[in-house]
Amino acid sequence: MENGAALISRLRAICGAEHVLTHPDALAPYRSDGLAHYRQTPLAAVLPATGEQVREVVRACFMAGVPWVARGSGTGLSGGALPIAEGVLIVLARLRRILAVRLDDARVVVEPGVTNLAISRAVAPTHFYPPDPSSQVVCSIGGNIAENSGGAHCFKYGFTTNYVAGLEVVLSDGTVVELHRDAPGYDLLGTFVGSEGTLGVATKIELRVVPVPETVRTALAFFEDTGAAGEAVTAIVSAGIVPAAIEMMDRLSIRATEQATGAGYRLDAGAALIVELDGPEEECAARFEHVRALCRDAGGRDIRVASSESERALIWKARKAAFAAMGRVAPAYFVQDGVIPRTRLPEVLRRIDELAAEHGLQVANVFHAGDGNLHPLICYDAANPGEPERAEELANLILRACLDQGGSITGEHGVGVDKKSQMPAMFSEQDLDGFHRLRCAFDPHGLANPGKVMPTPRLCGEVPGPYREHPLERAGVAARL
Amino acid sequence: MTEVARPQTAQATAAVLAQAAAGGRSVRIVGGGTKQAWGAAASEPAVTLETGRLDRILEHNAGDLTAVLEAGVPLARAQAAFASTGQMLALDPPLGDDQAATIGGVIATADSGPLRHRYGGPRDLVIGITVALSDGTVARAGGKVIKNVAGYDLAKLFTGSFGTLGAIVSVNVRLHPRPHASATASGASADPALLATAARALAAAPLELEALDVAWRDGWGALLARAGGARPEHQARRAAALLREEGLERVDVTSEDAPLWERQRAGQRSPGRALVRVATTPSALAEVLRAAGDCGAAVVGRAALGTSYVELDPDAVAALRERLPNVRAAVLLDGPVALRRAQDPWEAPEGPALELMRRVKRSFDPAGTCNPGSFVGGI
Repeated sequence: MENGAALISRLRAICGAEHVLTHPDALAPYRSDGLAHYRQTPLAAVLPATGEQVREVVRACFMAGVPWVARGSGTGLSGGALPIAEGVLIVLARLRRILAVRLDDARVVVEPGVTNLAISRAVAPTHFYPPDPSSQVVCSIGGNIAENSGGAHCFKYGFTTNYVAGLEVVLSDGTVVELHRDAPGYDLLGTFVGSEGTLGVATKIELRVVPVPETVRTALAFFEDTGAAGEAVTAIVSAGIVPAAIEMMDRLSIRATEQATGAGYRLDAGAALIVELDGPEEECAARFEHVRALCRDAGGRDIRVASSESERALIWKARKAAFAAMGRVAPAYFVQDGVIPRTRLPEVLRRIDELAAEHGLQVANVFHAGDGNLHPLICYDAANPGEPERAEELANLILRACLDQGGSITGEHGVGVDKKSQMPAMFSEQDLDGFHRLRCAFDPHGLANPGKVMPTPRLCGEVPGPYREHPLERAGVAARL
Repeated sequence: MTEVARPQTAQATAAVLAQAAAGGRSVRIVGGGTKQAWGAAASEPAVTLETGRLDRILEHNAGDLTAVLEAGVPLARAQAAFASTGQMLALDPPLGDDQAATIGGVIATADSGPLRHRYGGPRDLVIGITVALSDGTVARAGGKVIKNVAGYDLAKLFTGSFGTLGAIVSVNVRLHPRPHASATASGASADPALLATAARALAAAPLELEALDVAWRDGWGALLARAGGARPEHQARRAAALLREEGLERVDVTSEDAPLWERQRAGQRSPGRALVRVATTPSALAEVLRAAGDCGAAVVGRAALGTSYVELDPDAVAALRERLPNVRAAVLLDGPVALRRAQDPWEAPEGPALELMRRVKRSFDPAGTCNPGSFVGGI
């Protein structure tokens, strides 16, 4: 590994020896992201302090023919930041400066390691940054860009991609490219957002922020079952109302979160629906009455309205604790992330019930009801032989059920390593070929986060010059066919 | 002599492109033909690929607020279908003579109208796409659900690509509820700075406006704030109060506001003269209005977004661009062929971003078959 040793000493010269980690103990926290069952120890983890250092690190990797993976806070749920054994992990946690706040233009410019919540804080109290993944306290904006993160409020406000106005990107050969939403030419900015670190790494990020709504109203309604709650959602959306958030929890998730939070959710209910409206006072008041009526018509009972910020926080506390609270119901669980056309909810929930029964496992459903993004939590006990495997199979079958209804294999967690084998179920060979063309234009040598997103490693054709062993061939990740 | 192809399926579209590529012939992709004078003046193509027979509304999933449209569907026809269920595609560019503009053409040129203020541009509304490439490939990306992060977002790559990467065959779009009613507050001033500060105040106010536009002509300008939702008049009155506070004159509120907005949209075209689309930071609005005024130009634009459509004499285009040196873009959209030969319509600076775009072009259309020479940097 002479090549590796030379690269490591080059990385030390760029970032300072203390910011280049190679000892297995020091690398331990970086072996996985939020999806902890995929683990890999990289050749080195490097923590640059500036965009310029990132560029130099990427350039050094390019010269050495070594692949790399960029990592933000490591909260991703698809193994997108899983390191490569022979590669470098570029940790962006030290790039956390807020470079400019320009409220006259409703813009903020930040480095990639800044947390999602810090952005809203930087533009408070007049403005906020809408995409709000539930990990927003720790997750980094660079990671949000890579994953095109969503959150509870994106049915009304949109996703990360709708808020990115400009990016400084380092390509895998070390070239720095400025991409801007209004620049003439291809929308490479929009193409980059959500590319899961496979097209390059963003070192500077310009975001649009929006004025804080005048008022927020939150209601919690309980229903006999998820079908009735789904009818309420359909009625609300069909009435032309666009709630800021509309979240559903089923019986099992209500029970788990109520045990964990004591938020006062009804344990006898089959479904809970959180509906939040925000906007101008008058507008909200008129809409809110309408929403209450529609919930009642759909069989909603015990409709509670938050009368203070603390009551609102309590309603949300249960929803935001849903994943963590599952620990009380089962020793372990997989979080699935599938999307369906919202109107197919009854069929899909029925199918999930059937599948769960067939596999002898429990599934709790938490779900962004407005945009059809399901988060089934598949509970299992690793102490029972075969159960983790059954749970994984069930998780995969749930995705197939989503696809059967015209949905998607991921709404916000990304493909990463976790779902790349599912890509052929959603996309044809020709579709994948289209993706491959894009990847090759950005990263012809396949050095940026290889082995993610695409189901099978492929090399880019027509690399000019004499034959050179491709870095991925050397690493044993891919072979020339 | 240009050969005309009118394919009816995705496969046939790809076959037209592949045959042309094999024969080294160039293809121009045409929808309603309402924006033929946009982009660089390219040489006559060997083949014209018309999308007129790709004209089916494949799906309108009213309950899910989504639709799938073939590229050749006239946008006006799609809107009529959506309106029947109280919905709309929040995309309102001018549609040209006989409302001929097709969804494919609007997406390929990334054209938009006043609704961009609230709903974003075409790239924010397209959730999936099917394209035909010049090697005969038919590729899809995205999906039919609003929320989806599987695979690369090629829908955004093809949106605004001016047909240079391949032919858009169909698009999946997100729909929105159509407001039952609307009302518009307006105010006027001869002072660009006053208009700009008023625009800023309205943009920062929590009003959730459907649109916020500026207009400028003959030394006099106006701001227009359109409210929809459940209480449009109430919202418009609040906007009017703000306009007064900011010192604008002739402040008015009307619920008969359709003609006002029709005029704004019409201002995005220039029959006989030239049209430059200027992109700046929103706070540079006053600068744009002054520069336009100095060049004898008329302006309509999205006051909070920094997008302005400047309509002027072809001879004044160079002077306008000189007066706006620091803008993000000053794209010559419409204009006589001679002007589009003399002035690069795009003015995309040479550099790594343009180099990357050329690599993208080569990757998707290696033979250079699709709309060659019409886009940035000679792409």
